[in-house]
Amino acid sequence: METIILFAPLVGALICGFGWRIIGEKPAQWTATGLLFLAAILSWVVFLGFDGETRQIQILRFIESGSLATDWAIRLDRLTAIMLIVITTVSALVHLYSFGYMAHDDNFREGESYRPRFFAYLSFFTFAMLSLVTADNLVQMFFGWEGVGVASYLLIGFYFRKPSANAAAIKAFVVNRVGDFGFALGIFALFYLTDSIDFDIVFAAGPELAETQLRFLWADWNAANLIAFLLFVGAMGKSAQLILHTWLPDAMEGPTPVSALIHAATMVTAGVFLVCRMSPIMEFAPGATTFIVFLGAATAFFAATVGLVQNDIKRVIAYSTCSQLGYMFVAAGVGVYSAAMFHLFTHAFFKAMLFLGAGSVIHAMHHEQDMRNYGGLRKKIPYTFWAMMIGTLAITGVGIPLTYIGFAGFLSKDAIIESAWGAQTGVGTFAFWALVVAAMFTSFYSWRLMFMTFYGEPRGSKHTHDHAHESPKTMLVPLGVLGLGAIFAGMVWFGDFFGDHDEVNAFYGVPIHAAEGEHAQATALFGAALAATESKDAGAEDKGHDDAHAAAPGWQPGMGAIYTHPDNHVMDAAHHAPKWVKVSPFVAMLIGFLVAFQFYIRRPDWPAKLAENQRPLYLFLLNKWYFDEIYDAIFVRPARWLGDTLWRRGDGNVIDGGINALAMGIVPFLTRLSARAQSGYLFHYVFAMVLGIAVLVTWMTLGMGAE
Amino acid sequence: MTASDLSILLPEIVIAVYAMAALLFAVYTGKDKLAPTLVWGTAAVFVLCAAWIGLTGGGTNLAFGGSYVDDAFARFAKVVILLSAAAVLVMSEGYMSRRDLLRFEYPILVALAAVGMMVMVSAHDLIVLYMGLELQSLALYVVASLRRDSAKSTEAGLKYFVLGALSSGLLLYGASLTYGYAGTTQFAGIVEAASGEISLGLLFGLVFLLSGFAFKVSAAPFHMWTPDVYEGAPTPVTAFFATAPKMAAMGLFARVVHDAFGNIPADWGQIIAFLSVLSMFLGAIAAIGQRNIKRLMAYSSIAHMGYALMGLAAGTAFGVQAMLIYMAIYVTMNIGTFAFILSMERDGSPVTDIGALNQLSKSEPLKALAVLILMFSLAGVPPLVGFFGKFYVLRAAVEAGYAWLAIAGVIASVIGAFYYLRIVFYMYFGEEGDGLDRGMAPVPWAMLMLAAFAMVAGVVNLFGIEGLAAAAAATLVN
Repeated sequence: METIILFAPLVGALICGFGWRIIGEKPAQWTATGLLFLAAILSWVVFLGFDGETRQIQILRFIESGSLATDWAIRLDRLTAIMLIVITTVSALVHLYSFGYMAHDDNFREGESYRPRFFAYLSFFTFAMLSLVTADNLVQMFFGWEGVGVASYLLIGFYFRKPSANAAAIKAFVVNRVGDFGFALGIFALFYLTDSIDFDIVFAAGPELAETQLRFLWADWNAANLIAFLLFVGAMGKSAQLILHTWLPDAMEGPTPVSALIHAATMVTAGVFLVCRMSPIMEFAPGATTFIVFLGAATAFFAATVGLVQNDIKRVIAYSTCSQLGYMFVAAGVGVYSAAMFHLFTHAFFKAMLFLGAGSVIHAMHHEQDMRNYGGLRKKIPYTFWAMMIGTLAITGVGIPLTYIGFAGFLSKDAIIESAWGAQTGVGTFAFWALVVAAMFTSFYSWRLMFMTFYGEPRGSKHTHDHAHESPKTMLVPLGVLGLGAIFAGMVWFGDFFGDHDEVNAFYGVPIHAAEGEHAQATALFGAALAATESKDAGAEDKGHDDAHAAAPGWQPGMGAIYTHPDNHVMDAAHHAPKWVKVSPFVAMLIGFLVAFQFYIRRPDWPAKLAENQRPLYLFLLNKWYFDEIYDAIFVRPARWLGDTLWRRGDGNVIDGGINALAMGIVPFLTRLSARAQSGYLFHYVFAMVLGIAVLVTWMTLGMGAE
Repeated sequence: MTASDLSILLPEIVIAVYAMAALLFAVYTGKDKLAPTLVWGTAAVFVLCAAWIGLTGGGTNLAFGGSYVDDAFARFAKVVILLSAAAVLVMSEGYMSRRDLLRFEYPILVALAAVGMMVMVSAHDLIVLYMGLELQSLALYVVASLRRDSAKSTEAGLKYFVLGALSSGLLLYGASLTYGYAGTTQFAGIVEAASGEISLGLLFGLVFLLSGFAFKVSAAPFHMWTPDVYEGAPTPVTAFFATAPKMAAMGLFARVVHDAFGNIPADWGQIIAFLSVLSMFLGAIAAIGQRNIKRLMAYSSIAHMGYALMGLAAGTAFGVQAMLIYMAIYVTMNIGTFAFILSMERDGSPVTDIGALNQLSKSEPLKALAVLILMFSLAGVPPLVGFFGKFYVLRAAVEAGYAWLAIAGVIASVIGAFYYLRIVFYMYFGEEGDGLDRGMAPVPWAMLMLAAFAMVAGVVNLFGIEGLAAAAAATLVN
C-alpha cells in the first residue's frame, strides 16, 4: 500500500507527461489527478490505521559501493504518516483545483499545450516529496530533496516566456544550492563518522556523536553540533529561513496552485521535517538547536514585519508562510518536535487554502494581484470570501482562550508559543516574545488582506470589477475540503500532537517515559537517561528506578518516530505555563485585528498617512529589509564582476591573446625560419649536422667537468 | 663458425640467399617482366620469415662469440620490419607498374636492405653493427634514386648518399673511439668499460655513435636529408623509408644504448632527450609550412621519431616498451597514410599538393573517413590508438623523471596537431576545386582501411603488442 502511495504520482507524471499525445490532454490530466486521489485515500487509511510502530518496507537494493550499502526502502513511522496525508491530500486537491485555474492562460499562445506538462510536473513533484518523507536513509532523502528542488524550479519557471519567472526559478535553484551544500556536507560528515547513511544506524550513533570531535574548516567541532548545524543549513535553504529566504517571495511567479502546494504546504516544510526526523541527532546538539530557535524566531518576526506592507496578495501570503515556518523551527529547536509537526500539519491546510483562495480571487480579477486594485469583492465571490475568512481565522489563531476549542492555527500556534516559553532558556524567552509580536503582525496583515480585498469600495479598473466572477466548482471543492481541515484539524488531533505526555508518546510510537508519568523527577530522568544511553553499566546507576528502566528496555534514540532526550521537559513545562503566557497570543491576535480594523475599515486614510510619517521605516519594510539589495551588492555583483573579468581579461586577453600570439605569430615565424634552413644545399645540411654534434660534444664535456 | 651460430642467423641467410638467387634468376630470364612476380615473392618471403621468427624463436641466443644476438627484442623489431616492408612492397606494385618504374632490382634491393636491418637490430658488436647499417644504407641509396631519369630522384639519392656517408664517418669515428677506450668492439665488453666514471674518450665515442644513429632515425638536427629525400624519391620508396628503416634504426639505437652503454643511462639519456625535444618541435613547426604531402610526412616522421626517442630517453624497461609500442603504431599509421598518398592522382598523374584533398569527403566519403582516422591518430587524438602511443612514451618520460620532456612533448603535439587537422579540414570543409581521381587500387585500399580500422579497433588491447613489447624490453634492459 505504501509502495502504491509512493509510486502512483510517478506513474501519473509519466503517463501525463509523455502519454498525453496518445491519450489526449483531458484524460492525461484526469489520470494524474485520479492517481493522486488514490494515493491520498490510501494515505489516510495508513495514517488512521497506523499504530506508531516504525516499519521498513524494502523496495530494492539502492547502493552498494565499498562500505556503503543501502536499500531503497520506505520508512513508515508517525512522521512519515503525517507527511503522507499532508502531501497527498493537498496535492490531490491542488490537482483538482488546477483544472479550473489553468484552464485559460494568457502566458501561452493559442493552441499551445501546457496543461499536461503542468500536471506532470505537479505529480512529479509529489513523487519527489513522497520519496523525501518516506526515505529510510539520507541519500534517498537527498534524492527526494533534490527532486522537489527540480520540480520547484520547473514550476516556478512554468511561464517560461516571462523573464521574471525565469529569474525567480534560477534564484530559487541557486539559493537552494547553498542550503543543499550544507545538507550534503552533513550527510558526508555522518557517513564519515558512522560509516552508514541508514537512519537506524545514524540515530543510534547520536549519543556517541555528542562525545566526538570533528575537524572541519581549521577548527575542532563537536560532531553532533556540527552535523546538526550543517543539516539545518539544508533546512534553511529549503524552508526559506532568514539569510536563505530570498527565493520564496520571488517563487510566487509560479502559477498559484504551485504556490499552494509547493511553497506553502509541502516542500518548504521539508526543512522542518528534516529537523524533526533528525531529532535523535538534534537532541544531542544543544548549540545547533539554540541556533535553530534563534533563527526561527528571527525569521518569524522578520517575515511578519515585511508582510505588513506588501501589496501583492500572493507576496503577503508568501511572507506569512516564511513567518509560520519560523514558528515551526522554534518548536523543533526547543525540542518539542511534536508541536512543530502539529503546526506543519495544520498550516498545510489553512495556508494551502489561503493560497488557493487568493488564486480564486486572482482568477476572478483576471490575474490582477495588487490588493490596491481590489476591494468590495465580498458580494461578487462569496464562496471564495468565506474560504478566505476561514483561512484567516485559522492563521490568526481564533479560538477560545484556555480551552482546546478553536481553529487549527489557534491550537498549533499556541502550542509553539507555549513551548518557546517552556524552554526556559534565554533564547527561548527571546523566541517567545518574538513569536507573540509576530502573532500580532500576522493578525494585522491577514486581516489587512481580507479588508483590502473583500471590504470597502472597489478600486482599480472598473472593467475588471464588473467582470469579476465566482470560480468554477473544481476550484471551490478543494477550498471546501481544506476549509474542513483548517477548522477541525487542530481540535481533532490536539491530544495526539500536544496533549498528555503519554498520548503524544503513544502517537509517535515512543516507548520511553510511558511509565514515568508527567512529573517524574529530574533525578529519576537522569537515571533513565543513563540507563538508556549506557545500558551496559546501567545497573550501577539506576538504583531505585527499576520501574522506569523496565518500561524502556534497551530503548535507543531512533526507536520511535521522534526522540526526546530524557532531560528534555519542555513540553511538560509548556503545559504548565502560566495563564498569561497561554493568553498572550490571543491578545496579540486581538490587537492585530483591532488595528487592522481601525486602519482599513474605519479610517482607510490612516495607512497612507502613517507610511508618509514613517517613510524610512515603511521603505525599509517594503523593500524587505533590503536583503535582496545587500545580496546583490555582496554576492551577485562581485560574482558577476569576477566572471566578467575572468572572461574578458583572463579568457579573452590572456588566454586567447596568448594562444593567438603563439599560434599566429611565433609558430609561423619559426616555420619560416625552418623553411629557410631547409635550403636544399648539401653544405647547409652538413653544417647543421656538424653544429649539432659540436653542441652535443661541448655539452657532454662540460657536463663531465661539472661532475 | 659453427652450425649453431649459423642456425641463429638462418632467417637473414635465407633472405640474403633468396635475394641473390632472385637477382641471378631475373637477370638471365625475363628481367623487368618478372618484377611483379618478384615483388609478391619477396613479400611472401618476408611474411614467411616474419612468421618463422615470430612464432618459433625463443630465448636469448648469442652467436659468433657474442657478436650477434637473437633475443625477444630483436625478434619484435624484425617482425615489424619484415611485415612493414612486405606491406609497402605489395602496395607499391601497382603504382610503380603504371609509371613504368617497376624494375626487378627494386624488390631485391628491398630484400637486401631488410637483411641489413635485421643484422642491425641483432648486432652485438660494433663491426657487425656497421656491416648491417651499411648493407641497409647502400641498398636504400640506390632505391632512393630509382627513377634515374628524374632529376629530383637522383638528387635525392645523391644527397642521401653524401650525407649518409658523412654520418657513417661520424659513426665510425665514434666506434673507433669506443674501441680505443673500451678495448673491445663487443657490446658485452663495452658495457663493462662504460660504467661509473667514464673517460672522456668513451663519452666522445658515445656522442659520435649516437649522432650517426640520429641521422638514421632522422632526428633533428641530423634530419636535414629527410624532407628532400622523401619528396624526391618515388612515393612507394618514400613509404618504405618512413617505415621499416625507422624501426630498424630505432632498434639499433636502443640496442646500443642499453646493451653497450646500459650502465650510464644518465649520460646518453640527456643526449637523447635533447634530440627528442628538438625533433618534436622541429617536426611540428616546420611541417606547418608544407603543402607537399610527402614533405609533410617527412616532418611528421621527424616529430614521431622525437616521441619514440622520448621513450628511449627514459632509460627504463618501460621506456623501451613504450618506444616499441610507439614504433609499431607509427609504422601502421604510416603504411595506411602512404597507401592513401599512393592513390592521390589527378588525370592519372600523381599529385602531392594537399590542396588537392579539398572536398574529398564528398567524392570519397569512406576514404576520407579512413584518412581522418589516421590523421587524428597521427595527431594523437584520443581515443584512437595514436594517442596511446604518445601516452606510453609520455608516461615513461614522467616516470623516469623527465617531466619537462613530457611537457615539451605535449606542447609540440598541440602545435603538430595543426597540420594533421588541416588535412582533415581540407577534406571536409575545403573549397570546391579540382578533386582527385576517384577509385583506388585494391591493395592500397585494403591497407588504408586496415590501418584505419586498426587505429579504432586497437583501442581495446592494442592487439596484444603491449605484452610482446614488454617482453622484448625486458630482455634488453636488465
